[in-house]
Amino acid sequence: MALTDKSRDQRAGTPSGSASWPDLVMSIPAGWWATGCILLIMPALASDFWLFQVFGWSFCLGIIALSLMFLAGYGGMVSLIQMTVAALAGYMVAILGTSGVQQISLGLPWWLYLPLAILIAAAFATAVGALAVRTEGIYTIMITLAIASAFFYFTRQNYEIFNGYSGFNLVVPPRVLGIDWRQPTAFYYLALVFAALCFLAVVYVARSPFGLALQGIRDNPRRMAAMGFNVVAHRIAAYGFAGVIAAIGGILLVWQNTQVAAFTAGIGAVIDILIIAVIGGLRRPIGPFVGAFIYVLLGTFSPDVLSAFGLSNERFKLLIGLGFLAMVFFSPDGALGLWDRWREARRRPVDPLTGQARPGSVP
Amino acid sequence: MNWDKRTLFGLAGAVALSLGLAMPAAAQTQPPIRIGVLVALEGAFAAGGADAVRNVELALRQVNHTAGGRRIETVVAPSDTRPDTAVRQARKLIEQDRVDFIIGPLSGSEGIAIRDYAKTIPDRTIINGISGALEMTWVDPAPNVFRFNLDGAQWGTGLGRYVVQNRGWRRIATVAADYSFGYTNFLGFAVDFCRAGGTIVQRFWVPLGATDFGGVIAQLPDNVDAVYLGMGGTDAINFLNQWQQAGAGTRIIGGTIMADQTVLTARGRAKEALVGTLISGPLAEDNPDPAWQTYVRQYREAFPANQRFPSPSLFGTGYYIATQAAIAGLNAVNGDLSDGQRRFNAALSSLRLATPLGEVSLNENRQATGTVFVNEIAEGPGGTLVSRNVAKVDGVNQTLGLTAAQFRAMGLPSRTNPDCRALGGG
Repeated sequence: MALTDKSRDQRAGTPSGSASWPDLVMSIPAGWWATGCILLIMPALASDFWLFQVFGWSFCLGIIALSLMFLAGYGGMVSLIQMTVAALAGYMVAILGTSGVQQISLGLPWWLYLPLAILIAAAFATAVGALAVRTEGIYTIMITLAIASAFFYFTRQNYEIFNGYSGFNLVVPPRVLGIDWRQPTAFYYLALVFAALCFLAVVYVARSPFGLALQGIRDNPRRMAAMGFNVVAHRIAAYGFAGVIAAIGGILLVWQNTQVAAFTAGIGAVIDILIIAVIGGLRRPIGPFVGAFIYVLLGTFSPDVLSAFGLSNERFKLLIGLGFLAMVFFSPDGALGLWDRWREARRRPVDPLTGQARPGSVP
Repeated sequence: MNWDKRTLFGLAGAVALSLGLAMPAAAQTQPPIRIGVLVALEGAFAAGGADAVRNVELALRQVNHTAGGRRIETVVAPSDTRPDTAVRQARKLIEQDRVDFIIGPLSGSEGIAIRDYAKTIPDRTIINGISGALEMTWVDPAPNVFRFNLDGAQWGTGLGRYVVQNRGWRRIATVAADYSFGYTNFLGFAVDFCRAGGTIVQRFWVPLGATDFGGVIAQLPDNVDAVYLGMGGTDAINFLNQWQQAGAGTRIIGGTIMADQTVLTARGRAKEALVGTLISGPLAEDNPDPAWQTYVRQYREAFPANQRFPSPSLFGTGYYIATQAAIAGLNAVNGDLSDGQRRFNAALSSLRLATPLGEVSLNENRQATGTVFVNEIAEGPGGTLVSRNVAKVDGVNQTLGLTAAQFRAMGLPSRTNPDCRALGGG
């Protein structure tokens, strides 16, 4: 894991102060530029449904899964709390801002409730992190799942703050710069910009001294501790940082749905984030977005696929399940793993003189 | 259901788009009318949702898939009873599948979310499937949402008066599910019960999907004539099991989904506690009305016995009537859906629809006024349980017989509404 990361990171260049702009631009592979351009002109190509429902939703889920990827991929901590953190941020937007439940919502201005929501969610994530980092592996999963379940049942039964089963509806983005941010094109760009910012933040932090130390801790915590790194503090800080990212994703998701309720962070939703991160790939920050896109496509179109073959589309979940199963079976490291292996196979060409595979061409 | 080229194009487009190619929206073909069927096919009401799909098919088969001179095609969008999924699927129906209007959704919270979504698509129509949330057509209703079924509060009406006047049960305790349908269905019962002079001693609310009811059962007061139980599905079965183990004790008044087919056909002895239970709802299985009897016969003939319920479910009947309304509306405007469907909407508003449950008309909120049946659960042949009709109330309106101002003053359904004393009870 770590080796691939580092070689890739070096190739892409580090965003240090000494690198001049042209170097920085040249160091980014052409594929990234192409993807970026296509995403930017997408509103000219795709219908509103694709912009809002497929891409918008993918970006929201991708950002939340990105926070899990950061913890799991760089920190070695599989946390199931990320969806809960995201939902808490969404709840805070509904409670502190405006919603259809006027008895509870406080109606603060957006420049106040947005930072507050992110702050509260990040504080919650940090607190959970402080508890979870004392455990390893499966126990981290257990304790975060336990907290996620507790949050779900608490929000479902608490009527004073979280409005129980019904939750909050009509939670819409504020009108900033005179734009209705829930229109398909506007929301697409909003989600795209925040997805890109979160992506770049994770890439940057992963290469910063903090991120490198975190990856060291992932690979050998005892040695890092011997070198004088505070292992527990690094892990808790990672939870805090991932909490901020999950909070941003959660707020976008709530705006997209216009509502938040207990089941937003139900057990199913919590597990979905893990599925998205795993099918996308936990190695690099782009993985969760790929995973979210696959998840959304399967979820949206699998009933149609079944009907296409003249089957009853009640069983659409079967197709989604089979899709995920096939993904994990053929590529345990997700869609990114498939991509990497394909590239590796291409990079090992046959020697034109001998007709045999060229030795030492493995990157 | 019916598969066509456009959806295939949609899929091909999906692939093309993921490769970064352009996908122009497929041009709309004029002749057939496309109906989106938004229905829960996952979760607690999946079996009812499947019955709903069958009933839409049945209603369309009866008119040979033609209305107002145009062919009708359907696209089914499955949801999981969560409001956000319902809105996602509705959006897919409108924007991707390009349906002309939607029949659905199935559950209460979905209905409220769809009402809000409907306001963003003023040129399309939504005919409710069987969502029972009062708020859907009462609080800030959308002009393009029509509901030809009664809401959860209306379903509770008639029962309260019946138990006070015919059975003399005046003091009750209540246990109901702690969510929107639980409150709404209870409100309908309680308004009627309190106005007839009944007294609610204590109210308990149990979370949806709870498994341990021991605490509530132990707290139930002894000096009551009956207990109102407003739960459904597996919650109802679990409660009844524990209720029997604790010695049962008193008579039961049930909410609308307390004694539906899923509970009555459950295995085990729990359901025996239901013998003698009084419930109310929009249908009675032994309704002698020829319209109902014909409908049941057609339903049984249309599908093999192992692919349907013995008699149409509450959910199925709701979708059947919604489809009937759509067909009648289309016939009235000769299939003309131009001008933002204004004429179609006007036709729907003024329909006097003959349904298996009797004639239904809409009020100014586009909400149905109709008949509620009070049924008693009895032992049927071979140890099965059947529900027998004991009374019915015609012309139950949205405000349950109160004036709009009185009904509004009472407040929306919640844990504490309605206030029994304010309605003349205790």
